Amino acid sequence: MSDAVIQRAIAELVPRGSRVLDLGCGDGAMLDYLQRERGCTGYGVEIDDANVLACVARGVNAIQLNLDEGLAIFEDASFDVVLQIDTLQHLRNAEVMLRETARVGRVGIVAFPNFAHWPNRLSILQGRMPVTKRLPYQWYDTPNIRVGTHADLGELAVRNGLRVLDSFGLQEGRTVRFAPNWLAATSVYKLTR
Amino acid sequence: MGTNLDTPLLATAQTMHFDQPLPLQSGAAIRDYSLSYETYGTLNAHKSNAVLVCHALNASHHVAGVYAGQANSEGWWDNMIGPGKALDTNRFFVIGVNNLGSCFGSTGPMHTNPDTGKPYGTDFPVVTVEDWVDAQARLLDALGIGKLAAVMGGSLGGMQALSWTLRYPERVGHAVVIASAPNLTAENIAFNEVARRAITTDPDFHGGHFYAHGVVPKRGLRIARMIGHITYLSDDVMNEKFGRQLRAAVQEGKPDQAVDYLFSTQEAEFQIESYLRYQGDKFAEYFDANTYLLITRALDYFDPARHFGGDLDKALSVATCKFLIVSFTTDWRFAPKRSREIVKALLHNQRQVSYAEIDAPHGHDAFLLNDPRYKNLVRTYFDGVAKEIAV
Repeated sequence: MSDAVIQRAIAELVPRGSRVLDLGCGDGAMLDYLQRERGCTGYGVEIDDANVLACVARGVNAIQLNLDEGLAIFEDASFDVVLQIDTLQHLRNAEVMLRETARVGRVGIVAFPNFAHWPNRLSILQGRMPVTKRLPYQWYDTPNIRVGTHADLGELAVRNGLRVLDSFGLQEGRTVRFAPNWLAATSVYKLTR
Repeated sequence: MGTNLDTPLLATAQTMHFDQPLPLQSGAAIRDYSLSYETYGTLNAHKSNAVLVCHALNASHHVAGVYAGQANSEGWWDNMIGPGKALDTNRFFVIGVNNLGSCFGSTGPMHTNPDTGKPYGTDFPVVTVEDWVDAQARLLDALGIGKLAAVMGGSLGGMQALSWTLRYPERVGHAVVIASAPNLTAENIAFNEVARRAITTDPDFHGGHFYAHGVVPKRGLRIARMIGHITYLSDDVMNEKFGRQLRAAVQEGKPDQAVDYLFSTQEAEFQIESYLRYQGDKFAEYFDANTYLLITRALDYFDPARHFGGDLDKALSVATCKFLIVSFTTDWRFAPKRSREIVKALLHNQRQVSYAEIDAPHGHDAFLLNDPRYKNLVRTYFDGVAKEIAV
């Protein structure tokens, strides 16, 4: 995620000293921060060459994998925390990956754009797919192939036997606990088996 | 440091003699042996900047640089290693060692067996990756190097790098394992066997003692090289390079024209045939047949999980260093999934590891070529190593 403030907010959810797996870790900024500021260790998973290089340059362990091929390389409960920050919406097998996140980690933290944020609803009411700061793509070239809402993710988690430890929204770097499905551009879930 | 990319790195081959017998995995020993090696760059005062580069099947200790006054004498990994290159000899002290049993200077089957006074031939003891690593460790001892900043290798060289982390975990800071595997598959052993049979059934092989007959089993070596070469390339690259081009058409300077077939079963009709024959001929001129047998056997035997009931996790549990593992998507001889097995075992042992799967078209050969993503990655990784040891 580009927004450093959101990144920090999510980092607060990761206990100090955790073993962390960051799925779709991008340039490794999050893991780098967690390693430096919160004494964490772990790996990032990335598909993109430039991001893998950026991770190595930062001293972040990067594993180049296509998440759509699954997480078979990782053992059950081998991480304290598995992060999926702005990753789920790019995956074909989003449901499997949600279960895999809970299999591999004791705690899974998932963040993704909340399609039910009110400006998106307004746009749909006007008959157009939303194009916002949080969802900046046109409908025909968006990498976000899974479009869901804060409420949807909660339901999917429960249906897959996962327990929601916490859930809230993030908006302009602030935590949104009141009506997050309306008021937050980003949905965050903390899940466990 | 003054060296830059414009002044060629000058290489000088050196020899170290060892009179303590080297015990081998087979139970035999090599008594009285020499290792050829080269070094590039300067060993720092703390002796902390040494990087060992291990070679694959047909390479040698001549890893980088050129020999003074010799045209086209670049080392086999010169595009990777040198002043200002990905493995920068301005910062690191790089060591290349020719393995025992090879034919480029270190003691091998063409040298005199002290027990018989004749060339070893096929009596040269079967050596393994582990034996090579032990010999390399002795060379480092002699050079006064306790711990390597890194050990690096591709293919069979990657197996040596991996083996280093298991046999001498305390002596390795980083391991860079490229286009390699935790062991060979049946198909891979099968290719090696075809190559070996080509050599051993050549009438000029004389049971491996061809030196005394003044001949070389060139036919066998040619076939061995041809089959090897096919497996180092990808289908796509071979098609792109040669396609169905006819040799006659290429010679006439109109490669894509449908000139008449020769209607011959013996002549090199297609360009790919001509290419393979050329590669085979060239190889047979310089490579030793017994060395080919020994090195392919070392490949076959490498299997660190074997003593752990096939459990690679357990086998790699002794490794303590940091790892960079690299594979290439079109490499079918050492496929990415084999590298992923190494990565998986390292992850299960919670080791520090990064893994890159480079989407390159060139098959196994990609590890020797100049793909910028690959080179940048290795360069960046070694930047990190340099930071750690503060050079």
